[in-house]
Amino acid sequence: MTATSTSGRPLSVQPPRRSRSSGARRRSLIAWLFLTPFLLVFLVYTAIPTVAALGFSLTDLRGTDLRNPFAVEFVGLGNYAWLFSDDRFVRDLGNTAIFVLVGVPLTMLLGFALALALNAGIRRLRGVFRTIFFAPVVTNIVAVALIWQYAFNTNGTVNEVAANLGFAGPNWLGDPNLAMPVVILLGVWRNFGTAMVLFLAGLQAVPEDVHEAAALDGAGWWRRLWHITTPLLMPTILLVSVLLTVFYLQVFDEPYLLTDGGPLGSTESVALYTYHQFGFGQFGLSSAASFVILVMVAVVSIIQFRLLRPRA
Amino acid sequence: MTVTAPTETSAAPVVVDQGPRPAPRGPRPPQVLLHAALVVVAVLTLLPFVWVVSGSLRSLDDIRAAPGAWLPSEVTLDNFVRLFATQGFSTYLVNSVVVAVIVVAGNIVAASAAGYALAKFDFAGKRLAFGAVMAALMVPYTATFVPQFVVTMNLGLVDTLAGIALPSIALPISIFIMRQYASAIPDELLEAARIDGAGELRIFARIFLPLAGPALATVTIMSFLAAWNNFIWPLVVAQSTSTYTLPVGLAATSQAANNVTDYGLMLAGAIVVMLPVLVLFLFLQRYFVQGVAATGLR
Repeated sequence: MTATSTSGRPLSVQPPRRSRSSGARRRSLIAWLFLTPFLLVFLVYTAIPTVAALGFSLTDLRGTDLRNPFAVEFVGLGNYAWLFSDDRFVRDLGNTAIFVLVGVPLTMLLGFALALALNAGIRRLRGVFRTIFFAPVVTNIVAVALIWQYAFNTNGTVNEVAANLGFAGPNWLGDPNLAMPVVILLGVWRNFGTAMVLFLAGLQAVPEDVHEAAALDGAGWWRRLWHITTPLLMPTILLVSVLLTVFYLQVFDEPYLLTDGGPLGSTESVALYTYHQFGFGQFGLSSAASFVILVMVAVVSIIQFRLLRPRA
Repeated sequence: MTVTAPTETSAAPVVVDQGPRPAPRGPRPPQVLLHAALVVVAVLTLLPFVWVVSGSLRSLDDIRAAPGAWLPSEVTLDNFVRLFATQGFSTYLVNSVVVAVIVVAGNIVAASAAGYALAKFDFAGKRLAFGAVMAALMVPYTATFVPQFVVTMNLGLVDTLAGIALPSIALPISIFIMRQYASAIPDELLEAARIDGAGELRIFARIFLPLAGPALATVTIMSFLAAWNNFIWPLVVAQSTSTYTLPVGLAATSQAANNVTDYGLMLAGAIVVMLPVLVLFLFLQRYFVQGVAATGLR
């Protein structure tokens, strides 16, 4: 499945119109009028802020300077140099890498396995299962994080279960070694439904007769999965991995809500670092850190476009 | 947040899930095992939902006596009453609804006009306009929220519901959904109206929009979902409890020290925040799944 448009080229080549060129000009004008509300929002909230963020990142802008712009000084790449010498930022880059390297494969594997299972002849309960697995995707993260916080409390439900099984549960979110797995688990819980739905769509496009032929030739289920299904699903696998990578690169909600980056900064992502610096009034530094995220996301997106571009 | 645009060529709605296909012949894992595995994952997925409902119905005394218990010793609605009577949740609820209404209305008008123009007009600068939509999709919100906040401040919209809603009134995902749907509508239909002398705005409002029901439904759902679940931006813009939306209010209430042990109250709050979307999802699942499959975004 390639649900991706890779070019900004005009979509449909329409037959030349009989109308004169003034008519064409008028239609161009009308098209731009239709686009105006979107373009206004885009300018005000995306284009200008992106350029401004780059500008801010080259200054020592602070929250207190907003009413006194002349106090702001140009510091060039100083913020970036400072960031990469800041132990906290480097640690957060590492944390973000863990989110990506652990979260992406786990989410994909679970989504893929469930899609395969639902596609392997489950009939009666198929709709019910799909509804259940997709529910976390639409569930409000603040509410869910709250539930997880209480469940993983020292006296929480998870430890209650552990106690019933005969061992004392730890303080999950208070332990620098255990907090990260719990935060990642929340990310996986929230995202595997998206992966599953995209894989299901991809599986529907795998031609049935290829499978039949391979089965007739005596290929077992695993062999067919590995040699037929997986290669045919490559575009979907790529798409899902890129979407999830972009998500985990910017992960904010889960660590902010569960631990606020703690304990001892063990779950602080780069996005959370950005937010914390913003909270300290360090707008220039915060913008520089957010631009590091933008560059990482852009690199992944460009790779996506390269890989998914239809062979011309 | 990144989304991928639907394919240019496929005008039909994205194929999501056409139901079970005939089981392929040849050896497969046994169905019993498959069902058992699915049931286990489903139960694990649902556990938080079960637990939040049970916890919200427990009294404070009950919770203090047995913090980790699974079932209430007696069922009470007191937590919900306290939520609205003393915790400001009626204000948060109204704010969330107002923001959602602005966002949905904006998307129905602004995004469908943009999607329609991109699908049905050939015009100078079309690539540029399309590039803007792609850029809006791909620039991560974490990269722009600081200047967005400065812009909002200059517009005098900090701590207002409009300030919370405005950035979301023309979501790129809505534009893609509308554009995809509009490409499937035959040009002849619009051409015929033009020959009859109808103006472009009239053609859009009277011919296209009435035909675009299913796409508008998806746009409504996806933009409602985006508005209702949005957290980081309202967190930045809302500065006083009178402008908190439900997620911000819930997060703030749970961080207040006196609520740490009173978790029945907080779980009741969680239910109020989750329930509207979950109910919509149960009844209109198709649109949710289509929206996500078309874009890969929640």
